[in-house]
Amino acid sequence: MSAVTENTASSAAPARPLLARVNWTSLAPWLYTLGLFVLWELLVMALDMPPTILPAPTRVFEAIMQYWSPIWKNSLQTLYTTTVGFAIAVAAGLALGLFVGWSKTIYAGLYPLMIGFNVIPKVALVPILVIWFGIGAVPAVLTAFLISFFPIVVNVATGLATIEPETEDVLRALGAKKMDIMLKVGIPRSMPYFFGSLKIAITLAFVGSVVSETVASNYGLGYMMSSAQSQFNVPLVFAGLLALAVEGIAMYALMAWIEMRMTGWAHRSSMSH
Amino acid sequence: MPHLVSIDNVDMRYGGVNGTLAVSGLTMKVDKGEFAAVVGPSGCGKSTLMKLVTGLHIPQSGVVIVAGSQVTEPVSIVGMAFQNPTMLPWRTTLDNILLPLEIVEKHRHRLRAHKKEYVEKAEHLLETVGLKGFGSKFPWQLSGGMQQRANLCRALIHEPELLMLDEPFGALDAFTREELWCVIRDLHAAQGVTIILVTHDLREATFLADRIFVMSARPGRVLKEHVVPFARPRDLDVMYEKGFNDMVHELHGEIASARVVA
Ligand SMILES: Nc1ncnc2c1ncn2[C@@H]1O[C@H](COP(=O)(O)OP(=O)(O)OP(=O)(O)O)[C@@H](O)[C@H]1O
Ligand SMILES: [Mg+2]
Repeated sequence: MSAVTENTASSAAPARPLLARVNWTSLAPWLYTLGLFVLWELLVMALDMPPTILPAPTRVFEAIMQYWSPIWKNSLQTLYTTTVGFAIAVAAGLALGLFVGWSKTIYAGLYPLMIGFNVIPKVALVPILVIWFGIGAVPAVLTAFLISFFPIVVNVATGLATIEPETEDVLRALGAKKMDIMLKVGIPRSMPYFFGSLKIAITLAFVGSVVSETVASNYGLGYMMSSAQSQFNVPLVFAGLLALAVEGIAMYALMAWIEMRMTGWAHRSSMSH
Repeated sequence: MPHLVSIDNVDMRYGGVNGTLAVSGLTMKVDKGEFAAVVGPSGCGKSTLMKLVTGLHIPQSGVVIVAGSQVTEPVSIVGMAFQNPTMLPWRTTLDNILLPLEIVEKHRHRLRAHKKEYVEKAEHLLETVGLKGFGSKFPWQLSGGMQQRANLCRALIHEPELLMLDEPFGALDAFTREELWCVIRDLHAAQGVTIILVTHDLREATFLADRIFVMSARPGRVLKEHVVPFARPRDLDVMYEKGFNDMVHELHGEIASARVVA
């Protein structure tokens, strides 16, 4: 929106200086990121930090260049385990969410169970997964799945369980069965909740896969960082962190975009969550 | 002549044996084609009455008969509209209005093949309530009054024999409300539909109804039944006649004393 006003303003007054024509709002994230790196660099210089404790960003970028190939390979591995785990979480979370939200009784019965399951730190499950499946990609995928599916279930179930009673009355008075109400109201209604939960879920999926890779794998960014750490290669650890941040932001942005595309009506109508 | 709606000595209690007794000994009859209004103190069981007639609740004792058969499950010859328009925000206004046709047994199998005919009907209804050309808008692009008009269209699309209105105009400003009174009045006159209107607005009840039921405080029952004498078609000017004000005054007194008794 601001871009449009900027453009019309600048065509009306073509002589305006360059600085006034820049769209600062869309530039801001980049500038702030840059600012963070500059601050970081200055801090390292000012405190004279050794690179084994806190490497400067320039040093980290050097490491990225130097270890480009393993970083790239392990990033793809982590992206792969995360995405697979997340995809399973989406399918299972949607299905379980619809099931739980279907009736008040199921909701009441399963909710405490799910809370109990969710308070278990998922990292505690990794050893069990290793016993069952050995080390490698499978525990990483499963940890990503286990940690990310809960918010999807809760959101979908909440969307179903909060149908306005009046809407339900209007439809039931017309002879609607439970199935009709779910298809016509419940499921469309829970979609904004579902797509909203994807952003949280993808972030958690990264946590799960990286934790599992750190303790029980020979691939992935988690493994790469933990082995770099054991060799005191701290710049490479930070390079791994940066790679994770980039992947995380990219996936988050993708989920936010999907949410916008699929349920734009929920942002413009009064129904918000 | 048999009544379209007949409620006979009905008790309805919410939440088990020791729950709230909402209505008790409720008896009322509404004839086919009649416009009935129900007034009474807040919480006296008016909305409960609506749900009993539509079959959303089944009474613990007493009998509710609609169109000749006892109500034991939701009856699909009714249309309902509440104070809250409850339009679905992901559907256009037109698709919202067509929603009942996707549900009601008689229409749902015909809808796909006869879509055009139904859309025409919906558009005709939109025109009747003064919303011509708004079918493609989403509900959140309409004002509260416009949403309420669309809500009326949705209640009428499947040509119900009985229209149940629960404070449909409660949230609207005085001018919009009067305009919608006229819309409802004309719909009633044109379609011969039977209407039961729950309202807190005594002028609304007196202007629209043929018969007004005054309910007691909870547990609700019918205290008094008034036949509204003004000839139809009624003009908004009828509200400035002395007889009209006397009637409103009398209703007001009855409800005030019903509240005191409670
Ligand atoms: N689902 C419910 N569960 C338990 N009690 C209920 C329920 N619905 C209504 N009641 C109780 O039944 C009584 C009658 O409620 P009802 O909604 O029929 O009143 P009303 O006349 O429509 O009130 P108002 O004029 O405020 O809309 C109230 O005392 C209310 O507390
Ligand atoms: Mg009510």
